[in-house]
Amino acid sequence: MKQLDIQLDTQGRLRHFLTIEGLKRDILNDILDTAENFSTVGTRTVKKVPLLRGKTIANLFFEPSTRTRTTFELAAKRLSADILNINIDTSSTTKGESLLDMLRNLEAMHCDMFVVRHHSSGAAHFFADHVAPHISIINAGDGSHAHPTQAMLDMFTIRRHKQDFTRLTVAIVGDILNSRVARSQIHALTTLGVPEVRVIGPHTLIPREAASLGVHVYHDMNEGIRDADVVIMLRLQRERMQGALLPSANEYFKTYGLTQKKLRLAKADAIVMHPGPINRGVEIDSGVADGPQSVILEQVTNGIAVRMAVMSMALGRGPEGAAE
Amino acid sequence: MRIHIKQGHLVDPAHQIDKKQDLFISDGQVVAIGKAPEGFQADETIDAKGKFVFPGLVDLQTRLREPGQEYKATIASETRAAAGGGITTVCLPPDTTPILDTPAVIELIHRRNEAAGCAEILTLGALTQGLGGTQISEMYELKRAGCVGVTNARAPIANTLVMRRAMEYAANFGLTIFLHAEDHSLSKDGCAHEGIISTRLGLASIPEAAETMAIARLLMLVEQTGVAAHFCQLSSAKAVQMIHRAQFDGLPVTADVALHHLYLTEMDIGYFDTNCHVIPPLRSQRDRDGLRDGLLNGTLHAICSDHQPHDPDAKLAPFSESEPGMSTLDTLLPLALRLADETDLSQSDIISLLAYQPAKILGLNIGQLGVGARADLSIFDPEVSWTVSPETMLSKGKNSPFLDWELKGQVSQTLLAGKTAFKR
Repeated sequence: MKQLDIQLDTQGRLRHFLTIEGLKRDILNDILDTAENFSTVGTRTVKKVPLLRGKTIANLFFEPSTRTRTTFELAAKRLSADILNINIDTSSTTKGESLLDMLRNLEAMHCDMFVVRHHSSGAAHFFADHVAPHISIINAGDGSHAHPTQAMLDMFTIRRHKQDFTRLTVAIVGDILNSRVARSQIHALTTLGVPEVRVIGPHTLIPREAASLGVHVYHDMNEGIRDADVVIMLRLQRERMQGALLPSANEYFKTYGLTQKKLRLAKADAIVMHPGPINRGVEIDSGVADGPQSVILEQVTNGIAVRMAVMSMALGRGPEGAAE
Repeated sequence: MRIHIKQGHLVDPAHQIDKKQDLFISDGQVVAIGKAPEGFQADETIDAKGKFVFPGLVDLQTRLREPGQEYKATIASETRAAAGGGITTVCLPPDTTPILDTPAVIELIHRRNEAAGCAEILTLGALTQGLGGTQISEMYELKRAGCVGVTNARAPIANTLVMRRAMEYAANFGLTIFLHAEDHSLSKDGCAHEGIISTRLGLASIPEAAETMAIARLLMLVEQTGVAAHFCQLSSAKAVQMIHRAQFDGLPVTADVALHHLYLTEMDIGYFDTNCHVIPPLRSQRDRDGLRDGLLNGTLHAICSDHQPHDPDAKLAPFSESEPGMSTLDTLLPLALRLADETDLSQSDIISLLAYQPAKILGLNIGQLGVGARADLSIFDPEVSWTVSPETMLSKGKNSPFLDWELKGQVSQTLLAGKTAFKR
């Protein structure tokens, strides 16, 4: 069996950031604290700190993405790193051999970090297993497995609004089965001590063994959302609406879409989150998405600080000096 | 050529022999056990003191990769690995390139094995032409060419009418049909058992029902057609129960299990270990225990290797994109014998599951060492300890899920029809 703490170096510091699973609460808090320090950088006139000057970071995107790629790019630039954007046409790289070949070529360009998004679960681990020892891998989403920076920016947003994780009830609604975001959020929430994590969705979109992740499973939205402090809506991919998973977007909205009426069942000060991009009228009503309880745009802003934190920590630069 | 195997501990479950007995071989056949025949003059004496003498193992499922994928492995490399593991007969499924659906390809394999092989190769013919699942194959011709059974390997036969006709036609020639129970619409794109690991890792999953649904459908057809059916590599406890019930009801069905399903579970995937990517998938602990119970209660009649050697690139990919299959010839015998420590099976039971019982499924008089039997056997040293590694493995495929496992016991010599096929 493979080494379990591949993400950490011998001193227990973050080397790669592949999944939340297996990381201690201390490390997650470190990421959140570091991000807090970085969060003011974007509001200054000079939106840069020199922490990663001279470092080269490559964004390797095997799957299209605008927001995640852009926020990684901005994060790298605000840390003064050089950044390459490489979008890879997956049709020409389906064999493992060429994937490794590509890795070797990029290594030869003396990159220090690869930010990887890939359509296969485990791709980030695969890269971390085979990359040269001086290179860090940041998982920007692998298949249905993990999207750890998204989860951490969500935690950051929750902490800003709710402070104490250990008193919260968090409900995650939608396509848990295919969601890397949900998997990472669940690990992050349970690691940070949230006592009640719920997942809500139809049987077809909840893995049969979901309870083994330490969550409570609800199939009725009204029950599941009751008294929640945080409601996280997941994006419903268009392709799920074909075939046998769901009959139609319309019926999905009626059963699991978040409306003002359903939101009233949650706590009065509940916040509404969504990893984006939003399908208005499919998983969430426009009024809720743009309403006073929504923190969706804040999530996007926070994404930059959190990604700065993860990148700087993995490249061996701690929070010190970040706030100046 | 006359051979005297001296002072070995002979294990021959077919004849309930499990004690120190000398063995005498002449012209490739066993001629006496215990006492030498009158006037027997050995040309060669093999000292087997402190060692076991086992009948040559009969493996019901072995991919050799030749013809078609010689970059992965060859008849020469894999039959040598088989002989090095005490296996003297291997069954080759038809999913080679070209597919085993005409006598010409089968003759080609036998010709190549004559030139380079260290073990006997038996072929399983394609059940449908090109394994396409629509047009039944020329089973009469395949049988004449030496096929010991027919199978569609892991290729689907979606149309139940085609499956029924194929069974009826196979029954016509007394051919045993080898069935891989998989409902492809349920296993679609899956690469891991639907359970806690696929949930955790976000891997597309294969539910237990992919196996049990297929078994239910196939059992109904077996009942209707009366064909002799053998279910290959069961992976779930529920499947064992279903086969047990069918046998109780008097259906002519047998079944086997791949050794790795008796040791590994979904947990062994860990963080995406591609050497644990196999079809049918490694399932839960409960399934593993159910399969072991199936051996004890006689539902499962054989243990096979389901050997699938790969080139290194095949496993150098993210989990779902890696090719499924494990290289298992090297570990089959020593690892199977370890079941004697972990279950109520005796060493003799295990040898029976590896040799005599698979031979019976094939309807062949091998896998045993009675007087008159072909002298296929191995000399096994139980005291040698070795570690599974790319260097110690003889198979060209190093994709073993058991790498770094410490094993006890190793074959020191293998005879095929009285001739040394392998010596360490």
